[in-house]
Amino acid sequence: MNTQESPHIISYKLLGTVLAALLVLTGVTVAVSQVDLGVFNVPLALFIASTKATLVLLFFMHMKYEGKVIVVSFVSAVIFLGILISLMFFDVSFRYFS
Amino acid sequence: MEKKIDKTGIRIGMWLFLYTEIILFGGLFVLYAAYFHKFPELFAQGGEELNTLVGTVNTVVLLISSFTVAASITALQRGKKGQTIAFLLFSIFCGVVFLINKYFEWSTKFHHDIFPNSETLQNGPDGLNIFFGLYYVITGLHGLHVIIGMILLMVTLTLVMKERVHKDRFQLLENAGLYWHLVDLIWIFVFPLFYLVI
Repeated sequence: MNTQESPHIISYKLLGTVLAALLVLTGVTVAVSQVDLGVFNVPLALFIASTKATLVLLFFMHMKYEGKVIVVSFVSAVIFLGILISLMFFDVSFRYFS
Repeated sequence: MEKKIDKTGIRIGMWLFLYTEIILFGGLFVLYAAYFHKFPELFAQGGEELNTLVGTVNTVVLLISSFTVAASITALQRGKKGQTIAFLLFSIFCGVVFLINKYFEWSTKFHHDIFPNSETLQNGPDGLNIFFGLYYVITGLHGLHVIIGMILLMVTLTLVMKERVHKDRFQLLENAGLYWHLVDLIWIFVFPLFYLVI
């Protein structure tokens, strides 16, 4: 294993840009929540939240510069969460709440 | 001879722990999704009761603190001890502001007789009771994580001051940072689900 790995230093400028983007997206999500978009309300809010989460993961949590082990294991954790949520909806749609 | 440090291993260990946290909150979000599916109108009504302004302020506070924690790592990697300490102090301060906001928010709710087992919720519709039950469990668990994160940052801050955490050995700061970012990550989803739900 490479023990001489040099740390990835992320500049203040890049971090600041990410923060600005996150604040703008927060503003956007609050603004669109005031508008009634019917069935698109929840998907849109979750889409904006996911975009913000991706920015935090990639830059603040250095995911963009990580090796395969962390990236692949993280993606697997998210996939398992996805399975958990979709199985729940199978149950909810066809059994209890119908 | 100096002991070798497995820098990558230390990070992987932290990430493995974070996955368990993601699944923990994920389970609660599953619960939220199931009941939101059943009681969309009552959840919307519950969301109206929450103060969007307080929620937005807390989101901004957490995002800024996440930025300063990330910046403190950059500062330490560059060997700027003073900047690292300043960034960490500011992040901990943000955590305090977040908790003070949360305190006022919860006590306002208590004054309106909205808390688990309160008259209003017990005699009200089921959906509203479930909404506020989830609200208190999820924001409470999240608040607990904020407190733990602040303790982690304070420990790291002390070790940075003592030069036990420094330019060539910053893994503790990195892992404390990862934890703090996770707290932010969870709030990013809590905020639209509870404060902006329509």
